[in-house]
Amino acid sequence: MRGLSVAAALFLLPAMAQAKDTLSVGMVLEPPHLDVTAGAAAAIREVTYANLYEGLTRIDEKGEIRPGLAESWTVSEDGKAYTFKLRAGVLFHDGTPFDCDVVKFSYGRAAAADSVNAQKPLFAAIAKTECPDARTAVVMLSQPTASFLFNMGWADASMISPKSAATNKINPVGTGPFKFKNWAKGDRVELVRNPDYWGEKAKLSAVTFRFIADPTAATAAMLAGDVDAFPQFPAPEALDQFKADKRFTVNVGSTAGKIVMALNESRKPFDDVRVRRALAYAIDRKQYIDGILSGFGQPIGSHYMPGDLGYVDLVGAYPYDPAKARALLAEAGIKPGFTMTITTPPPGYARKGGEVIAALLEQVGITVKLAPMEWAQWLDIVFKQYNYDATLIAHVEPRDLGIYARDSYYFNYKNPEYRAIYDKYLAATDPAAQIALLGQLQRKLSDDEANVFISTLPKIGVWNARLRGMWGNLPVPSNDVTAAHWAE
Amino acid sequence: MLPRLIGLLLTLLAASAVVFFVLEVLPGDPASVMLGTGAQADNLAALRHQMGLDQPAWWRYLAWIGHLATGDFGTSYTYSVPVADLIRERALVSVPLALMAITLSTAIAIPVGVAAAAWRGGPRDLGIMGVTQLGVAMPNFWLGILLILLFAVRLAWFPASGFAGWGAGPLPALRSLLLPALALALPQAAILSRVTRSAVLETLDEDYVRTARAKGLGPAAALWRHAVPNALIPVVTILGLQFSFLLAGTVIIENVFTLPGLGRLMLQAIAQRDLIVVQDLVVLLAASVILVNFAVDFVYLALDPRLRHGGAV
Repeated sequence: MRGLSVAAALFLLPAMAQAKDTLSVGMVLEPPHLDVTAGAAAAIREVTYANLYEGLTRIDEKGEIRPGLAESWTVSEDGKAYTFKLRAGVLFHDGTPFDCDVVKFSYGRAAAADSVNAQKPLFAAIAKTECPDARTAVVMLSQPTASFLFNMGWADASMISPKSAATNKINPVGTGPFKFKNWAKGDRVELVRNPDYWGEKAKLSAVTFRFIADPTAATAAMLAGDVDAFPQFPAPEALDQFKADKRFTVNVGSTAGKIVMALNESRKPFDDVRVRRALAYAIDRKQYIDGILSGFGQPIGSHYMPGDLGYVDLVGAYPYDPAKARALLAEAGIKPGFTMTITTPPPGYARKGGEVIAALLEQVGITVKLAPMEWAQWLDIVFKQYNYDATLIAHVEPRDLGIYARDSYYFNYKNPEYRAIYDKYLAATDPAAQIALLGQLQRKLSDDEANVFISTLPKIGVWNARLRGMWGNLPVPSNDVTAAHWAE
Repeated sequence: MLPRLIGLLLTLLAASAVVFFVLEVLPGDPASVMLGTGAQADNLAALRHQMGLDQPAWWRYLAWIGHLATGDFGTSYTYSVPVADLIRERALVSVPLALMAITLSTAIAIPVGVAAAAWRGGPRDLGIMGVTQLGVAMPNFWLGILLILLFAVRLAWFPASGFAGWGAGPLPALRSLLLPALALALPQAAILSRVTRSAVLETLDEDYVRTARAKGLGPAAALWRHAVPNALIPVVTILGLQFSFLLAGTVIIENVFTLPGLGRLMLQAIAQRDLIVVQDLVVLLAASVILVNFAVDFVYLALDPRLRHGGAV
């Protein structure tokens, strides 16, 4: 009898000693599909970026550019030719070898006339890609583009196997440390470790992404241990409960998200800079951040993230000053009782935030009508038709000062001076000059108060306290779990 | 029979036209949802062409209906897979959930309702009435949250959310469906048991029950043999109506429990403007409601011999 139980114990020991090596990650939205080159949904990136797909460069947790499938690169004197040295021995999950032809194919497909790439403008500068040999790619630009290496680290610039490009939506194939296993639609996507990965192999043997839209269900799933991590936790009201519980870590980091009240400058009176400045003076950013973001956001003074290359602190440009706001409104001929509509998409920073902003604007004599909209409606009415007065929205694309230089964009800020500085910035090849121009761009936007700049969008994550290697910040939409592992 | 069948088809056709044109005028375009805030006019146009959205609306309607008539549900805009496959996958969650819920609710409601009627006016009747009143007032999503907090978070007997899938055998799958089925069933059982109680009370006062008692039948036998069978017609009517509410309820409950069922598919499809999926689902739901009403008529026939022999109720 005793012998038997010892044998049983010996038999059980190895199983018990084996550490957990799988991970279940909660996400609010399910990706519509898994082709990162054919859709803007952040959820696609949150499953696949760095885990499944890789580009020539990649962006790390701090928002810095790192080598990806290119191990090194050189830039020509005039800033128009990028020569990438490609890694050797890289295979796609479908067995296709990665070489310069793949680079040519991937960039060519993204820039083509029938491209459905959601970030097509990123590829506009590429004139052609040349392949002097299989492991060297020379990308020729039609004009110098200061942000080119950063742009090629976006998920949309991932390397795609020509063989599987057409079927990536449902059976994604990349070069990353994880490969696709299964997608139970409406419930989960499962990835497994890629044993043939070119670099350091993933520590986890499998990762499951679970889609839980309801905040209460998300809380319950974390508490019950159904999911190990919720990197962007949707129920801020439950955070205190998790902070008090030793089983969990609550992590507050930053995203590339800038929350702004965008103003439609093709509509009166928002074309008047005095009105825009008045709105900026009328909004108490601290009250917004405390009330809506549980105090975790950082106020911003321009369309740029604190800490990004060339950041200039302009937070003090329009301090909270209702009297000054009223004076500016009067100067612009706005009578008390003026009515404006703020459209609000579903996220809390907009839906709940709209109510805080409305209350603040009432105090300077503006009547606010709130128009809640679901995303599809918002994209159509605000983003496509420009049919709105003002809207609350977080711009989550990193370093996107370029949107203010576009010919046509939903807030209709058409400013030739800004445009001229932006063109100069793009053409600048000297890092010091680039930084100086980035500063000028931020100042110009703040001076014109092109939109009312409010706060950064924090990333609030909750995960198991024994889990290591999760990203604390979110410079690009992703759940990079390539370094995630369990503590002993 | 034939006129009813034609009526059924016309109802479906009307439902399909309404849903198609409502979605048509609703703001929101599947292509712009897909490409988001980085969308440019040229790649939007390319995607709309790829999706076939550059065709005129009437043509798309006719193409959709034509394909539907041949059993082809079309291809989802967002998922790029056949809608029939999506619906089949999701139905494997929603249909068992709905069946479980309706079975549970009937199995609870009829005995409870009959018992309450038999105990009319007594303390046990009052107790049942009180509890069912609470059940009627309680929204199913709130009950769902309470069940999760108790059985999944506190006791850890059930998963808090998600669906284990049928691949691992029926037990784990049924385990993940039990709490949501209860959340759906209990409020319905509350209503149904009150309906059963009043229907049985009504028949208990009928002459034929008094006759049965007078010729020496015990109270229990008179109840089960005479009062209950005659009370079933209103109960079945309510059950049929509840089926439609159940379909609406699954949309909410599937969200609370994060179940990959038809209700969540519908909600996601609306949010992403996956128009063809929404259209197909609405027609399917309309068809199932019509079919259930149809089935209820047959159940009347089975329950009431007088209807079978052409007599009036």
